[in-house]
Amino acid sequence: MREISVERITEAIREMCMEANYTLSPDMQEALNRAQCTEESPLGEEILSMLAQNLKVAKEEKIPICQDTGMAVVFLEIGQDVHLSGGSLTEAVNRGVALGYKEGYLRKSVVKDPLIRENTNDNTPAVIHTEIVDGEHVKITLAPKGFGSENMSKVYMLKPADGREGVKERIVTAVKEAGPNACPPLVVGVGIGGTFEKCALLAKKALLRETGEPHPDAHIAALEQEIMKECNELGIGPAGLGGSSTVLAVHIETFATHIAGLPVAVNICCHVNRHCSREL
Amino acid sequence: MKKIITTPLTEEVTTNLTAGDIVSITGVIYSARDAAHKRMTETLAAGGALPFEIKDAVIYYLGPSPAREGQVIGSAGPTTSGRMDAYTPQLLELGLRGMIGKGKRSAEVIETMKKTKAVYFAAVGGAGALLSKHITKSEVIAYDDLGTEAIHKLYVEDFPAIVVIDCKGNSLYK
Repeated sequence: MREISVERITEAIREMCMEANYTLSPDMQEALNRAQCTEESPLGEEILSMLAQNLKVAKEEKIPICQDTGMAVVFLEIGQDVHLSGGSLTEAVNRGVALGYKEGYLRKSVVKDPLIRENTNDNTPAVIHTEIVDGEHVKITLAPKGFGSENMSKVYMLKPADGREGVKERIVTAVKEAGPNACPPLVVGVGIGGTFEKCALLAKKALLRETGEPHPDAHIAALEQEIMKECNELGIGPAGLGGSSTVLAVHIETFATHIAGLPVAVNICCHVNRHCSREL
Repeated sequence: MKKIITTPLTEEVTTNLTAGDIVSITGVIYSARDAAHKRMTETLAAGGALPFEIKDAVIYYLGPSPAREGQVIGSAGPTTSGRMDAYTPQLLELGLRGMIGKGKRSAEVIETMKKTKAVYFAAVGGAGALLSKHITKSEVIAYDDLGTEAIHKLYVEDFPAIVVIDCKGNSLYK
């Protein structure tokens, strides 16, 4: 049994809120650089060059890459041999978010009640997903999610007969409908299988994968490539103003499902696909 | 070639803009997004006055991140315009001449823009750090309680944007 104080989780999350909002991970930066090299439209190329400049200014001056610094989505993988001490885990996470968003001059974008809509003024609560895993470590992943792209995400409950083609068609349609609203070039997170909520969670987790890293199963990796190609033939382009860079990567995660179902979730993310991880 | 335009934005200027034009905007513009639009609409319904002169005004669909000490404004890129579509035709009828945002607009908004000779510009979404450098003054003039969603009077210099829907209803979005 290893004891870890929840204070360490607060501290890690406080720092990660700032890190994620000022700096994109190297894999995302490389994906954007690659797009700039291959973009066919001159305007699209110019927009990608603006995005590169934007990342430079954000990093150097600690200005958020995007003013929508997101709702904080926190994944916690907690080793089953860990004892978390020193208070409530949920409160510790939210305290880290509140501190990070205040200290980092990040936007407070969370309303307490979805219908009454009063801002909580500290960007809490976070959306927290905990998972008990083997071992004696805690892995924290923070993914602040902007809502320009979140709003364009979809869940479909397809029929088994819809098959591979049906899945592909829905994903491409979701990207087409997202169009300029979701701030392309996009990263498309997809969950296939499981239940209604499981496929949505898989789609969200798919966004955390190293950008462009293929799925380990060859048939899923092939599907990712086909969908990416079709999406990039839509001509939506950077900022939706035309071009060949609509999608930087398609990441699919799968899970076993019921004999009667084929759930598919598409979690659209803009080019500011922020996430960072730490292990305690 | 870049077209240089200044605010207030007159009909004479908007009728000479075409979808696809790259523009540089200098002058006063106003930030307003979801909550501010709702409140402006409620104010009008109650017979009140809008917090700024709407005739020939430009609204930027923006909720900035907070400014650090010594900064004018934090990150300041566009939000998705379509969420304001329900409120926009009324503002256009009152003289709103330009909108800066990102993403598609409704058929009703485009029809009203044609009638009132207004234009819709796109700024690059997700480039908020860079765009903030073109904002040289910022002051909250209304709805302070809304935080980031308050109406800011902004002075922009050489602010980069693209005409995506012109006053004839032509759209650059496919």
